Amino acid sequence: MSERAVPILSVEHVGVRFGGLVAIADLHFDVHPGEIVSLIGPNGAGKTTAFNVMTGFLKPSQGQVRFRGTSLHGLQPHEIVRLGLSRTFQRTSVFPDDTVFDNVMIGLHRRSRARLVDTLLGRDRAGEAALRDRARELLDWVGLSGRAQEKAGALAYGEQRLVGVALALATEPAMLLLDEPVSGMNASETQVFVRLIRAIRDRGVTLLLVEHDMPMVMEVSDRIVVLNYGRLIAEGPPAVIRSDPAVIEAYLGQGSAARAAAQSVREAANA
Amino acid sequence: MTQPSRTRHLPALVLLAALAALPFALGHDPYLLNALITTGVVTIAAMSLNLLLGFTGQLSLGHIAFFGIGAYVSGLTSLGFDVELFGGLRVVHEPWPPAVGFGLAVLATAACGYLVGRLSFRVRGAYFVIVTISFAEVVRLVALNWVELTQGPLALTGIPPLGLWLPGLGTTVLRTKLQNYYLVLAVGTLCYVLIGRLVASRFGRAMRGLKENESLALSLGINATRTLTLAAVISAAMAGAAGSLYAHYLRIIDPDVFLFSTTVTMVIMVVGGGKGTLLGPVVGGLIFGLLPVALRPVMVPEAQWMVFGLVLIGIQFVMPRGIVPGLVRLVAPRRPAAASSSPVPAEVRP
Repeated sequence: MSERAVPILSVEHVGVRFGGLVAIADLHFDVHPGEIVSLIGPNGAGKTTAFNVMTGFLKPSQGQVRFRGTSLHGLQPHEIVRLGLSRTFQRTSVFPDDTVFDNVMIGLHRRSRARLVDTLLGRDRAGEAALRDRARELLDWVGLSGRAQEKAGALAYGEQRLVGVALALATEPAMLLLDEPVSGMNASETQVFVRLIRAIRDRGVTLLLVEHDMPMVMEVSDRIVVLNYGRLIAEGPPAVIRSDPAVIEAYLGQGSAARAAAQSVREAANA
Repeated sequence: MTQPSRTRHLPALVLLAALAALPFALGHDPYLLNALITTGVVTIAAMSLNLLLGFTGQLSLGHIAFFGIGAYVSGLTSLGFDVELFGGLRVVHEPWPPAVGFGLAVLATAACGYLVGRLSFRVRGAYFVIVTISFAEVVRLVALNWVELTQGPLALTGIPPLGLWLPGLGTTVLRTKLQNYYLVLAVGTLCYVLIGRLVASRFGRAMRGLKENESLALSLGINATRTLTLAAVISAAMAGAAGSLYAHYLRIIDPDVFLFSTTVTMVIMVVGGGKGTLLGPVVGGLIFGLLPVALRPVMVPEAQWMVFGLVLIGIQFVMPRGIVPGLVRLVAPRRPAAASSSPVPAEVRP
């Protein structure tokens, strides 16, 4: 993306330290409206920590995050969602004891403007009916209509992820952060999810993913941001990232190219 | 909430009709009526506890404090008092009508619920339990030791009964047990309806969301502090209303209304009946409220606690989630649609 677009999300020199441990040293990147960007890196690189900072679950030790020009500094998670920045979670993406339908109804919390007085006097039937229609639309859209009356906690892993997406979309976000959305999914489930991600983008939602599944990341991303040891080590379109020596080293280990060469020399000598 | 709601409310309506007819079936037996009234009052308190424990998952082990404060505020408002505060400041209050006392009891306990909620919902779980226990103990000690205001262990006596103003009938003073029975039934029904509407609304869904997955709820824009404080305020106000009814019915209250064991009874009612269900605390309240009546001929009150424990263990053994969820499962083992707020199962839509 060029200079012309104003970024929707700016991560500005964010650092996170837990005591002496540096989870993120200095992270700085932008996401532009309409993009699909992936944040990748080896385990422990600080990806989920970065997500938690962007959504207000963690306070950064330095730097700040801006969303649509507003600094998120000091805002609570529920306040950040209201600005239009929503997220999904890696593991627990549903309210397990409620039906899928009621999950989405909980997710539509901010869509209802019902006042307490009207609720207690039973005067909000129209509002509730509209909310139920909206919930059905959302479930249709993610393809979970057939599961509407099942307990969310009883669904298969992949379907729980879809519920998580429906919940996040219920907040009508301008930007959605997906935390390892396809981990634990098989190839065909992943393909369905890739189509869903594109469809979400077509709704006008900007996406930022944290993901380990490299083929999926390469396929779906417009741009990739690579983290290692809490630092940004590369940034660019998939084709560039794939051949970036710093990225290969981060994933395969230091000096891996040299080791591979030495190995082949040894094999040649033994032969 | 259009089509299935009528059948969903059917058990509650049947129960209400049965309770309304009960005094006639019992032939106005004063001992049983008295037991039913006190059971009803404690059941209202248990319903209010269920709003916190069952729907937000927060255990208030000092819930009796709201009940007791409601009783004392109502009693003192209708009796009047004359106390000297620090620095020679004298506060004299002339008696007001008991109905005003009832209103003030609700407002005062709502305010207490707000304070306790704000203080403790920042620290959840075990901390909330400790804060509520401490709160109840402090209030009990105040009631016991501020003799000038509360008469301490000598008790507040001669509390006037509630008067009820009805259009066309003027004011009726509720002196008889039968009148008080129907008053408690009316207030209990009102609380039931209000809790039912609350938990079926966005506010109730926010409570459930916070209970089941707090991080997810926050990330959906649910304000945890506001939601939990709201639940605490409404819960406390209903417990206060129950306390006020108790004071004007018994017409005497002493610091023993703050006994910890009453909170335990309320928790047993909620858990035994089925926490997080509307009817659970009502069913549990009736069972554990009337159990002492059944046990009275055979054992002393202290020994009844053992039976309480055994009955609760028995219920939990057969129906781990309480009587009402257990019965629902028995009657409709495969009817998930009835439990939902969706009128039409998604599968049958075009």
